Amino acid sequence: MQLIVNGTTHRVDVEDDMPLLWVLRDVLHIHGPKYGCGIAQCGACTVHVAGVAVRSCSLPVGAVDGPVTTIEGLGHAGALHAVQAAWVAHQVAQCGYCQSGQIMQAAALLAEVPDPADADIDAAMEGNLCRCGTYLRIRAAVKTAAAMLRASQTTED
Amino acid sequence: MAGIARRAFLIGSAALAGGVAFGVWQVRRDPANPLLDTLPDGAAALTPYVLITRDAVTLITPRAEVGQGATHLQALLIAEELDVDLTDVRLDNGPASPVYYNAALLSDALGPLSQGNGAIVQAKRAAGVTVAKLMGFHITGGSSTVRDSWEKLRHAGAVARETLKMIVSQDTGVAVADLTTDRGAVVLPDGRRIAYTTLAARAAALDPVTDVVLRSPDQWRLIGKPLPHPDKVAKSTGAFAYGIDVALPDMIHALVRVNPALGGGIRSFDATAARRMRGVIDVVPVTDGFAVLADNTWRAFQAADAVVADWGPAPYPETTAALAQVLADSFTPDRQDSRPRDEGDPDRAAGDVIMADYAVPYLAHAPLEPITATAQLKDGRLTLWLATQVPRFAVAAAARAAGVDPDAVTLHVVPAGGSYGRRLETDYAAQVGELARAAGGRPVKMTQSREDDMAQSYPRPMALARGRAVVAGGQVQAFSLDIAGTSVSGSQGARWGLPQASADASLAEGAGDQPFAVPHIRVTAYRAPNMVPVSSWRSVGASGNGFFHESLLDEAIHAAGADPLAERLRLVTDPASRRVLETVGQMAGWGSTLAPGRGRGLAFVMSFGVPVAEVVEVSVTPSGLRIDKVFVALEVGRIVDPVNFENQVQGGVVWGLGHAMYGELTYAKGAVEQTNFDSYPSLRLPQCPDIVVQGLQSDGPIRGAGEPPVPPAAPALAAAIFAATGERIRSLPLARAVTFA
Repeated sequence: MQLIVNGTTHRVDVEDDMPLLWVLRDVLHIHGPKYGCGIAQCGACTVHVAGVAVRSCSLPVGAVDGPVTTIEGLGHAGALHAVQAAWVAHQVAQCGYCQSGQIMQAAALLAEVPDPADADIDAAMEGNLCRCGTYLRIRAAVKTAAAMLRASQTTED
Repeated sequence: MAGIARRAFLIGSAALAGGVAFGVWQVRRDPANPLLDTLPDGAAALTPYVLITRDAVTLITPRAEVGQGATHLQALLIAEELDVDLTDVRLDNGPASPVYYNAALLSDALGPLSQGNGAIVQAKRAAGVTVAKLMGFHITGGSSTVRDSWEKLRHAGAVARETLKMIVSQDTGVAVADLTTDRGAVVLPDGRRIAYTTLAARAAALDPVTDVVLRSPDQWRLIGKPLPHPDKVAKSTGAFAYGIDVALPDMIHALVRVNPALGGGIRSFDATAARRMRGVIDVVPVTDGFAVLADNTWRAFQAADAVVADWGPAPYPETTAALAQVLADSFTPDRQDSRPRDEGDPDRAAGDVIMADYAVPYLAHAPLEPITATAQLKDGRLTLWLATQVPRFAVAAAARAAGVDPDAVTLHVVPAGGSYGRRLETDYAAQVGELARAAGGRPVKMTQSREDDMAQSYPRPMALARGRAVVAGGQVQAFSLDIAGTSVSGSQGARWGLPQASADASLAEGAGDQPFAVPHIRVTAYRAPNMVPVSSWRSVGASGNGFFHESLLDEAIHAAGADPLAERLRLVTDPASRRVLETVGQMAGWGSTLAPGRGRGLAFVMSFGVPVAEVVEVSVTPSGLRIDKVFVALEVGRIVDPVNFENQVQGGVVWGLGHAMYGELTYAKGAVEQTNFDSYPSLRLPQCPDIVVQGLQSDGPIRGAGEPPVPPAAPALAAAIFAATGERIRSLPLARAVTFA
């Protein structure tokens, strides 16, 4: 089957019910999305499908109906997305294992809600578990990223 | 450690191919420590931390990175003296080696920390250092990284710097005193810069300068400054590679499933269906279970579920109730393990008597990255890629399982996606050693499913406590606490092959070592037989004992009609502990009136030598109890890295609160009943309170902050719930008694 990931089209020969996460990780060797629970309880595997944040551990690859963006496609060192830049500025990560998913979730939120209230952040980020307990920095970084994105929007206007 | 010969690390200043390894650390011979004088000369190990080659300066950071910032912290201490930019150097965990023994950890394990500095305590600490050194106890744990590294690594950096300056002095005739160093170069008075890397070959031929003076605090460029961590970019872009991301050509993916009744063994298994599944290479027996070898992780997971196993019975009581009964039956003289506090006579004190029983459950580490390990056995050599806090034990376990000599093992320590103590175990090193044997020379990576990770929990032990206090005249007059638990050092120590101490300090730590002078006080630890294999979990014994001690103290103070802060200040004996109590009181506005339906709770626990006071504020809301705010004050000597410090303290509070609210492992048929994060929940972002941290600095000993913030969180939260609702909860998790918003 055909899969578009971070702008590149791949042909993969796998079972339809293989979760997208494992196709990304073990077949395409895209390691940013992480395995944490396998049942959509932790959010470490979060990627975007057609711009929507999804738990790739619980999405059969046969059900993927749009282009996939992983953390690698969001931005990279030297060309960080605003959410990633805010994560670095706030030094959010401890072990860092959940942060790919946290960042993808936050990026999807800000694409929809440019100026999120605390309740918006709560609702969007509740599904992303962090065992190290970086939640306060995550919340601050989401707000910083929102401000950065709004500022760049204003500049472009 | 690719390309660097292992033996290069066993000597102080080693000539390499065009490079030099520096880092002389002479054992401090403290005249007040007679035990250290009995060390054989050879035990004064030289410990190398700086490697300079023609192309790079490499800093060796042997304490494992598990999210606590250890790598950056170690690099920072070396760089402070060496004058290198952290963005210009390479970092390497180094090989598993006895020279990286951890002097700080066992020095505390063998002696009660908070009971001053008397001769007995000092002798015990020295004995711990001796044991650590002789055993080459290469370990990350016990909040010991900063303590152990503080002088050692700065000294290594200074030795390298002064040796490089000496070479330039010899080459140019400029006096050493007229040379400076800056960003990886020796700088001449005329401004000319000579890069360290160009001096590598010359340095290799010299004895290093060992007579160095460490810089004073006013000269520090890095220590105490909020510096960016170089790894934060990789951790924010998906580029940071963990153990689960190891990928080698022709690699096999595996899942190991052992009897969920740990140690119960496997009688037989039927893998007929599994072997027919797509991508399955083989299903092989391993100790206590089986392993599926496949061409990707998911197929290994799927096939494992198709294997029918006939497991043996648990070698311990099979249910939570039966396990708890063993603890309840352990408050007997023959099971008394230690009595660290025994002053006055609590049974004879006059006044009102308060009696209460407390309980804490088994808890899992459940790091978000499940257990993973990679190995390849080829041409008689075993290569390992492991996230581990005990590299030498892991190497020994893997070597034994793979049937090779430990000298035939190369270990690459990889970063961990969390640990909280889980990676102090070596079960997965042994398992991957067995897999390597079965993989026919191919590299094999095992990844535990979350369900297998939970099933193979080596948990924080369940424990029970019986408290009795006597109050009179508005004061706590007597305090007596009996604690029963299984021994972590007895269980985990045996798996490490450590000699067994006569008593296990962790059974009483956090309760038997608190700096309060109640006139009549007794704390007794009772040691139940080993049952479920138990392990070190972030803050170890203090995680449960702090709840017992502070809950009973809070009840006694309440019964006395005293104020929780004022009465603790009246009883406290240690100046640093007094300071953190006073500070947290000021931070929280202690004594100010809260609105109806709100409550404020205080707890104090000293663990790992760090006094920590926390105030938790809660509200009763229509959807349940809400934790509004937490104030934390603690004293650690020096704060090396303030951003990391705050992150560790806040994370420790979240860890303590989340497990106090929800954390519980229960057992049926000897197996953990919680299988994933749906049945083993923890605190999530919407529930996270504001956490205000104040770290106090002093000239006292430097301490780590990773674990000490954990123990006060549970009793402070329980006290706040009592203040808000009048309900006294004596058993964790709290969510069994109240609903959280």
